[in-house]
Amino acid sequence: MSIPHLLVHDRQDNVGVVVVEGVEAGNELFVVVTEDNSDFKITTKHDIPIGHKVALTDFSEGDTVIKYGVDIGRIVQDTKKGEHIHTHNLKTKRW
Amino acid sequence: MTNETFFGYKRENNRVGVRNHVAILPVDDISNAACEAVANNIQGTLALPHAYGRLQFGADLELHFRTLIGTGSNPNVAACVVIGIEPGWTQKIVDGIAETGKPVVGFSIEQHGDIETIATASRQAKEFVHMTSGLQREECDISDLWVAAKCGESDTTTGLASCPAVGNMYDKWIPKGLYGCFGETTEITGAEHICEARAVSPEIGKKFMKTWQAYQDEVVEPYKTSDLSDSQPTKGNILGGLTTIEEKALGNLEKIGKEVSYIDVLEPAEAPSTGPGLYFMDTSSAAAECNTIQAAAGYTVHVFPTGQGNIVGNPIMPVVKITGNPRTVRTMGEHIDVDVSGVVRREMTISEAGDALMEIVLLTANGRLTAAEALGHKEFVMTKLYRSA
Repeated sequence: MSIPHLLVHDRQDNVGVVVVEGVEAGNELFVVVTEDNSDFKITTKHDIPIGHKVALTDFSEGDTVIKYGVDIGRIVQDTKKGEHIHTHNLKTKRW
Repeated sequence: MTNETFFGYKRENNRVGVRNHVAILPVDDISNAACEAVANNIQGTLALPHAYGRLQFGADLELHFRTLIGTGSNPNVAACVVIGIEPGWTQKIVDGIAETGKPVVGFSIEQHGDIETIATASRQAKEFVHMTSGLQREECDISDLWVAAKCGESDTTTGLASCPAVGNMYDKWIPKGLYGCFGETTEITGAEHICEARAVSPEIGKKFMKTWQAYQDEVVEPYKTSDLSDSQPTKGNILGGLTTIEEKALGNLEKIGKEVSYIDVLEPAEAPSTGPGLYFMDTSSAAAECNTIQAAAGYTVHVFPTGQGNIVGNPIMPVVKITGNPRTVRTMGEHIDVDVSGVVRREMTISEAGDALMEIVLLTANGRLTAAEALGHKEFVMTKLYRSA
């Protein structure tokens, strides 16, 4: 298997994590789901640092982000598939 | 698989140490200078300066005493000199440590002054160095090892690689009689119900939830501003790609593996008392504070997953750093003992990462210095429950 650019924990997750340095807007990323080793491809719309998340689907404000198969917070501005997901568009449902 | 014995120092109370320190322990902040002078006079001793110990009261004072007595009692300490400003609390710490059967003597400064105290304590410390420096390591079973865990400067790779490696270690070693420990009460927020379900029984799960809820009610709610987003996740977490406390909590909990259950919930610095197994301890998520009270509970080795590169160490308990972030390995590899970045390249399985960690933990127990030890990290930080009187 070639080296993945993006890892996804669980089949239900709607975000993945960049695990290589130097990902730029327009790159086609090789994505692996660690739960079952299935894979697919996605094109990024932003430069994304290692460790940061990419949307695997289109989100509207109020949608729930799923990672590890679990709710990790809510989307606070509309986000397209392939875009960067971080503190600007995802907030905790706690605190 | 790794060789499952190690060579350690068998102590008077049948615990096993992996280091052989002569500790010079201040009861209070104003006795730090005398302790550091003794450690400067006598090679092979270790001063443990800290910031507190005056005008504390109630539960906060009890935690201070428990932390000091636990630190001196840790089997990584072969003998201990205690120095305090006055004789009452000094003797209390000495008596607590003496219950282990190890050599311990106290000195108080009032009516003697620093210079006379330092001279007398230095002569005692020198005796302790001669008494303990020739002790030999003996082969010990894995069930004599106490390994605590805490993660720091976490990022998304800690949940993918380094925390699951720690969990894999616990899944393999807890059934063989290892003592384990995890904590970080606020950092379980977002995964508290998952954590509750991992208790050995519904009663212990409820005990965890009571501890978690108390931290929310007594610490977070009265003092938070808008939210904890500048502290939980930390600025470093956010740089590393973690966005919410829920996301951070789920990665953090990977440290307890897939199979083991925790068997009890401990107060800060409380020694486990229900036999081998995994314990939850009520701790801050700040690295030095958490590590200090885990060492005071008797843990002798620490495993510390990091993403962005937390550099913390502890004076008496070796801290083994493990990371799955290839950039951290590249930019600050001198702090890393175990590189499991192969996991995110899918070149290494979680089980192989667990084995790599276990091999380094055993080497550390045998005497290999960790990166934090070699770099001189000795962070010893008291947990304070509230303001002093």
